[in-house]
Amino acid sequence: MMPEQFWKILEITIMLALLIPIAATLVWVERRMIGIWQDRHGPNRVGPFGILQSLADLLKILGKEDWIPPFSDKIVFVLAPVIGAVCVLMSFAVVPFSPSIGVSDLNIGILFFLAMASLSVYSVVLAGWASNSKYAMLGGMRAAAQTVSYEVFMGLSVMGVVLLTGTFNLREIVLAQTDGWLIQSQFLGFFIFLVAGIAESHRLPFDLPEAETELTAGFHTEYSGLKFALFFLGEYLSVTLISAMSVVLFFGGWLMPAPLDTWLPPLVWFIIKIMGFVMFFILLRTSLPRPRFDQLLAFGWKVMLPLALFNLLVTAALKLSGVL
Amino acid sequence: MLANFLSVESLFYLAGLVAVIASFKVVTGKNTVHALLYLVVSLLAVAVCFYLMGAPFAAGLEVIVYAGAILVLFVFAVMMFGLTTDETKYAPQSKGLSFWVGPIILAMTLLAELLWVIDNAQLQQQLTANVVSAKQVGMLLYGPYLLAVEIASFLLLAGLLAGYHYAKPESRGTHL
Repeated sequence: MMPEQFWKILEITIMLALLIPIAATLVWVERRMIGIWQDRHGPNRVGPFGILQSLADLLKILGKEDWIPPFSDKIVFVLAPVIGAVCVLMSFAVVPFSPSIGVSDLNIGILFFLAMASLSVYSVVLAGWASNSKYAMLGGMRAAAQTVSYEVFMGLSVMGVVLLTGTFNLREIVLAQTDGWLIQSQFLGFFIFLVAGIAESHRLPFDLPEAETELTAGFHTEYSGLKFALFFLGEYLSVTLISAMSVVLFFGGWLMPAPLDTWLPPLVWFIIKIMGFVMFFILLRTSLPRPRFDQLLAFGWKVMLPLALFNLLVTAALKLSGVL
Repeated sequence: MLANFLSVESLFYLAGLVAVIASFKVVTGKNTVHALLYLVVSLLAVAVCFYLMGAPFAAGLEVIVYAGAILVLFVFAVMMFGLTTDETKYAPQSKGLSFWVGPIILAMTLLAELLWVIDNAQLQQQLTANVVSAKQVGMLLYGPYLLAVEIASFLLLAGLLAGYHYAKPESRGTHL
């Protein structure tokens, strides 16, 4: 085998081997941070500060019976959680982590990310359908409506960035921000992207597909054991992914302003920025109530879509007149 | 050996084969949701074909628009109306092979055309010479074809308004 192919495969392996434990650790981080913000301890028994809690949970979940309901559509039931995890992991292929790290510099990087985000909805919809139960079905249908609505203006919000940098390639977008991060001119675009990203990853306050107060557990009501863990893994991976994409598109990726950039290597800066966003996602979960489903869709179509179009229009006008 | 196996041409034919088989399963399947899933696979395979032919922009849009949005709506509708296996029972059954003659002639024409293109080196060169980038697509759409784009958008707007008119509740307050 060629050496460069070998290094590429090694890079992919290391990335997978790091991403999956990171997503698992995020479960602990979330529970611990929520505990601290709500003035209680959170899981603090397993290992130092309870950091091995996820490992303990994983061992427990491995010992659970892997039950496939006899009334379900078995093939689709097994396939659904895999689709979700694979789509999110595939998206990481186009994320440029540092000047030298990154699996692929695809010329249509943003489109690839959007495509994978829109494909990952099948995971939830199919899980809801294959479970053949009312709660799961309602969760799956909510997920379909929510994701199709929100990915419309997720794409539109990113177009402002494409307009200013003139490329779909994520690495070139980062390099185009050497003189200043795009958040300066694309604040509205960033806000819309973040809201759409939260809705795409089914996080609170947009977790209506699995709203436990009304749908028990929504689309994964019938899931148990490892398949349930795979859904969870997919959710936390997509939180990491949306954070990473926000950093790449609006916050200069691995770049930092002049005095700071020599303090730490680029990869570390990138990870620090991602962790900031992940903490923000967790803080949102602790602080916001869940809207009603029709409110969610109305908010998407009546507020966010016009805002996204307005942002695109103003960006285009400013770009044409030479202000930006 | 590995490089030879992974040549663009063989990858293209592999993706094409997947598309053909998946499409075949769409029309022969008994379960509506399974058929739709095969259609998704078929569209993804076609997107791979587009990518290998040097149109990455078209490939991306194929996945985002068709596989990611339109077919999700299809699946949504099928789920909502509970159409899974029952309705094929009531559909008119085709009698024998005569039903297939028309489609077979049409498909054979396409196949013959494709074989002729593959056999003709000069045509092939013409096809691979122009790789279409996103920028070119955009410049064409907003340059010479601007009027067509606007007419199409008017048509879509009319469709949207009609859809809204039909879906509008009779009066406020009657629905939850």
